[in-house]
Amino acid sequence: MTTISALFYLFSTVLLASSFGVITARSTVHAALFLVLAFFTASCLWMMLKAEFLAIALVLVYVGAVMVLFLFVVMMLDINTEELRVGFWKAFPLAALVGVLIALEMALVLMGGFRVADAPVDLQALKLGNTRMLGIEVYTNYLYPLQVAAVLLLVAIIAAIALTLRERKDTKAIDPNLALRARKADRLRIVKMAPVIEVASVPPAPPAEPAKDGGKA
Amino acid sequence: MNIGDVSLAHYLTLGGMLFALSVVGIFLNRRNLIVLLMAIELMLLAVNMNFVAFSHYLPLAQDRMAGQVFVFFILTVAAAESAIGLAILVVLFRNRATIAADELDALKG
Repeated sequence: MTTISALFYLFSTVLLASSFGVITARSTVHAALFLVLAFFTASCLWMMLKAEFLAIALVLVYVGAVMVLFLFVVMMLDINTEELRVGFWKAFPLAALVGVLIALEMALVLMGGFRVADAPVDLQALKLGNTRMLGIEVYTNYLYPLQVAAVLLLVAIIAAIALTLRERKDTKAIDPNLALRARKADRLRIVKMAPVIEVASVPPAPPAEPAKDGGKA
Repeated sequence: MNIGDVSLAHYLTLGGMLFALSVVGIFLNRRNLIVLLMAIELMLLAVNMNFVAFSHYLPLAQDRMAGQVFVFFILTVAAAESAIGLAILVVLFRNRATIAADELDALKG
């Protein structure tokens, strides 16, 4: 048994064990952490298959972004996990039967037909490296699907924000749209009115004795 | 080839077993929507494993990157799917205060 196959069996065992942990973990946080372990080991397996860029992307995108999102949601929701596990093992016989059937059928078909052990040596890939090869493919032959995928991600961002955004009733924040649309005329009303001129009226009857400081006041 | 060498069939069988495990997970956790989403992620991982394995062992050099490009797009779609799925889950929990899949019977289906 060479080092490569020993590593393969090690990583496959960890991958299968951690995915078993995902589906049977009692707490959802543990399930998410097992899923992180599964993605890490899958990334190691992809490294062995010389798909370096995808292995790194799997760790960055899944462990870095998607699993953090999962953990946030799990911790944000106040879920009673025990209540959700009522009748958990009731479906196990049927599930195990179906799972074993799927695995056996696939192994039967695949083990017979695809015993290719020697990967062909690609001189161009050795020269350029996996990332550059993938980049050349993506930006030449698959440019249009790449744009579509970008638009899809944009749609997903907008949809996720629009779904979870909620209008709070108790805030005093003003709508910036309204604030921008306000003109001077909405706030301030200038009323033209005729000036009221106080006619300096002649005091009808000066007091008999004018005050001493009357002129200053 | 020696009997101990890792062949394409090994990787494909690993992918198949991973897929079967996630199907079992969907059976077992049919009430907990979050774990259902995680099982779907595992299924996508199994499929991606097959694509990467095929792209490594394919004899024709000029076609070989196609499998990895496909995995690239599957990763994109899966990220979008889980983001929207979790957003729907949050809205669902806010409205119904539960995420049990069998209590979502408002449509009387």
